[in-house]
Amino acid sequence: MKRRDFIQLSGMGLGALATSGLVMLGNPVSAEALLEPGIDVAAKKMLSNVALDAARAKGATYTDVRIGRYLRQFLTTREKNVQNITNAESFGVGIRVIANGTWGFSSTSDVTPEGIKACAETAVAIAKANSKLQKEPVELAPVPGYGDVTWKTPIKKNAIEVPVKDKIDLLLGVNNAALDNGAAFVNSALFMINEQKYFASTDGSYIDQDIHRIWPNFTVTAVNKTSGGFRSRQALSAPMGMGYEYLDGLAKDKSMNPAGFNSYRNSYDMLEDAVNAAKHAQQKLTAKSVVPGKYDLVLDPDHLGLTIHESVGHPLELDRVLGYEANYAGTSFATLDKWKSGNFKYGSDKVNIVADKTQPFSLGNTGYDDEGVKCKEWDLIKNGILVNYQAIRDQVKILGEKESNGCCFADDWSSVQFQRMPNVSLKPGTEKLSVAEMVKDVEKGIYILGRGSYSIDQQRYNFQFGGQLFYEIKNGEIVGMLEDVAYQSNTQEFWNSCSQICDKDDYKFFGSFFDGKGQPSQSSAVSHGSSTTRFDAVNVINTGRNI
Amino acid sequence: MAILTQEEAKKIIDKVLSYAKADETEVTLSGGRTGNIRYARNNVSTSGETNEIGLNITSVYGKKSGSSSINELDDESLRKAVARAEEIAMLAPENPEYMPMLGPQDYPESKTFVQSTDDINPDYRAQIGADSMGPSGEKNLVAAGYLEDFSGFTAMGNSKGMFGYNKRTSVDFSVTVRTADGTGSGYAVRDYNDVSLLNSREVTNIAMQKAQASVNAQAIEPGKYTVILEPRAAGDLMGLLTRSLDARSADEGRSFMSKKGGGTRIGEKIFDERVNIYSDPSNSIIPGAPWDNEGYPQKPVKWVENGVVKNLFYSRYWAQKQGVAPVGRPSGVIFEGGNQSLADMISSTERGILVTRFWYIRGVDPQTLLFTGLTRDGTFYIENGKIKFPVKNFRFNESPIIMLNNIEALGQQQRVDGDLIPAMKIRDFTFTSLSDAV
Repeated sequence: MKRRDFIQLSGMGLGALATSGLVMLGNPVSAEALLEPGIDVAAKKMLSNVALDAARAKGATYTDVRIGRYLRQFLTTREKNVQNITNAESFGVGIRVIANGTWGFSSTSDVTPEGIKACAETAVAIAKANSKLQKEPVELAPVPGYGDVTWKTPIKKNAIEVPVKDKIDLLLGVNNAALDNGAAFVNSALFMINEQKYFASTDGSYIDQDIHRIWPNFTVTAVNKTSGGFRSRQALSAPMGMGYEYLDGLAKDKSMNPAGFNSYRNSYDMLEDAVNAAKHAQQKLTAKSVVPGKYDLVLDPDHLGLTIHESVGHPLELDRVLGYEANYAGTSFATLDKWKSGNFKYGSDKVNIVADKTQPFSLGNTGYDDEGVKCKEWDLIKNGILVNYQAIRDQVKILGEKESNGCCFADDWSSVQFQRMPNVSLKPGTEKLSVAEMVKDVEKGIYILGRGSYSIDQQRYNFQFGGQLFYEIKNGEIVGMLEDVAYQSNTQEFWNSCSQICDKDDYKFFGSFFDGKGQPSQSSAVSHGSSTTRFDAVNVINTGRNI
Repeated sequence: MAILTQEEAKKIIDKVLSYAKADETEVTLSGGRTGNIRYARNNVSTSGETNEIGLNITSVYGKKSGSSSINELDDESLRKAVARAEEIAMLAPENPEYMPMLGPQDYPESKTFVQSTDDINPDYRAQIGADSMGPSGEKNLVAAGYLEDFSGFTAMGNSKGMFGYNKRTSVDFSVTVRTADGTGSGYAVRDYNDVSLLNSREVTNIAMQKAQASVNAQAIEPGKYTVILEPRAAGDLMGLLTRSLDARSADEGRSFMSKKGGGTRIGEKIFDERVNIYSDPSNSIIPGAPWDNEGYPQKPVKWVENGVVKNLFYSRYWAQKQGVAPVGRPSGVIFEGGNQSLADMISSTERGILVTRFWYIRGVDPQTLLFTGLTRDGTFYIENGKIKFPVKNFRFNESPIIMLNNIEALGQQQRVDGDLIPAMKIRDFTFTSLSDAV
């Protein structure tokens, strides 16, 4: 394996308009090959030391080595058929150095002492060549050497070890359940990733990590051929930093929502959700079209997570703020002067947003980031005030801090690590409040669940979000389903309209499994925790059209 | 060496096929060099070059298929890869939609490879960056840009005697220029097969002019406006339409191309009669690959003629099921334009908005092909035939289907992301809110 292979998964059909060409890194292998152990820790340490020594000998003042084995298994089905079973393995080494005060990076799949030595020397040569263009030398925030340490996602069942047949049976069972309940079409999928990452650096850390993520998903479609109408409903699952146990569908992780069906927390009942989805897709065909205007929004965590991701997560990435993403993703309205003022009112007093890579079951959960920094939690917004950004070792000095936030990530051994979004989560309300109690107080509102259409400008001011399910609230009661709903707002105005947050009993994760950033683009996975939250008088538009 | 000759490639593919035991075997061998340079804040942030070669084998038993891929091309590695693909195929579930492999095909000559792009080296890339950052810095403007170039080949062959070989080059360049105080932003983008057509200084100059001209944007009320979409902006939305012309989803009743009561809208006039969309692999500005996604030779296809839908994509499986000929996806689409320049279109506009590009476009309703997104990097108010002042960016909610019924004029074409797209003047384009983003 001497390159990154991009395996195109065709015919996914997950969100007809949203999914544009899903790719995965790695070479296709058999499912059994994914179960083979990689090289042992002692060998990884020996190989890492080869890189550290070779780079030092060529003049590097800092070196880090990542030996990575990335296992990915993606299964996709539609109706009665299996469309794709992809097992991929990607194994190699990425070496990053500082020489002449400048970064250099090189990677190789030749995981031998000779291959690694040559790769380290190339990284130093690139750093030296680039140093001619460098205006300011790289300065790293200090990090302690942790010695030999390990970390593992706290999984109960390794999803990759579950036989492929069992997974296919689950997906085809889900499809049947949806079809039996009136769906015309159903696409379902299971995505499983295991990152076996070894990190070593000249700071004296040798970190072995075993990271697992899983995402079950489906799209159910109902069609009325006579009227020419069709409507879809996607799964209300979340991608999680868990094993196959996420699919146990435990009763303790279910809760009846005010719309009268179950929502899921850290355990997902895919079959039950598919039955509900088939019913919902049919109800959507005849649901009332929304009357545009101002509504109080009650946003379920399955939905709110994406709004947090787009309107808080991305604008507070320090590299964006500084202009490094100007030609692609854009810059940010949350400029340094706003942060320095110490009184920039990002949201209402109730809004407390934290960043972390430490919450169990979250996608961002790891022991250490990809530059050997121990992961932690820190405040981004405190009582509505902007207090911090997401920054890594070579950035924190800009913020006057001496310690990295620990949110550096690369999507493969062959990709260079850079600042990526950690989990960014809204803290639950401190006073006891259930969703039912929240709805009771709303006179004219909409209860929104699930991830829908989303769009936000390049500085993260103006956004528009849809959802999967919309329920009209009148005088404290849910009176029926709505369609053609999207809300438009401005980030600061929206978060300042936050009036109530349910308590910790309602807290759960939303996740983004394939979040893109950078050129060439890299993908990362990130969770956003929240409890159901109310936003007052938000502008709702009607998206129905006649063509 | 990343680019193998046709003879070298055929020799390897034939060798792989000689090792195969499955009912059907297909081999794809591809390789090439990808290079890039990225800069921001008038400073190079990353640059690199990757050379890679890979071979993919698909083995089929009955309707069960399996794939393996490999980067080493020695005999032993090839034998192992064939065995692995066959093993995976035997364990795979049956795919009822599997279509047998194609026999020999007569592929047309393609013009997708240009030597100048193959000749790119790191110094050339650095010069492209310098020609963009230098002029920006001199004017106290801040440039961020990205160049990616590719030169490589693809060869494919199967156990039924099909063989094809093609070389291709491409170059994509984009640049965003912002004023130092962040109150103005401009953008320009180009893509070519032939890098000698790229002048990064000229392209950057367009972005610089837009950045300077967009300072102190005024807020005007959102609503329905006549818009003049530069080819980039028009392409942003038209590409979403032309990539959605799929027969199967239409037949299944879940597409804007579905007919009430069943079937597709082929034969219906659903656009203004000036709308003509076709594909032609022999076009010299957007030369096509020799084969389509199904392995058939690419040929000219009319998709929309005088506003009437003439063709949709039919996969081999769906075509067989519907009893029609398969129609593959084209590598590029040509949207017929007119003779008017952008200046002509502006001078004939009483009141309107000039749009450089759109951003963060997402589907809102697949039923009506409604999209939302925002203008970005150069949005201007036109009054009495002249650009009056820059305006704040807008969010839109609009469907290309509705747009193509509201055409005022079609202008000159430009290559956009491998398609050929005209500037468009469209009435009653729906802007739904304002954005403060620059």
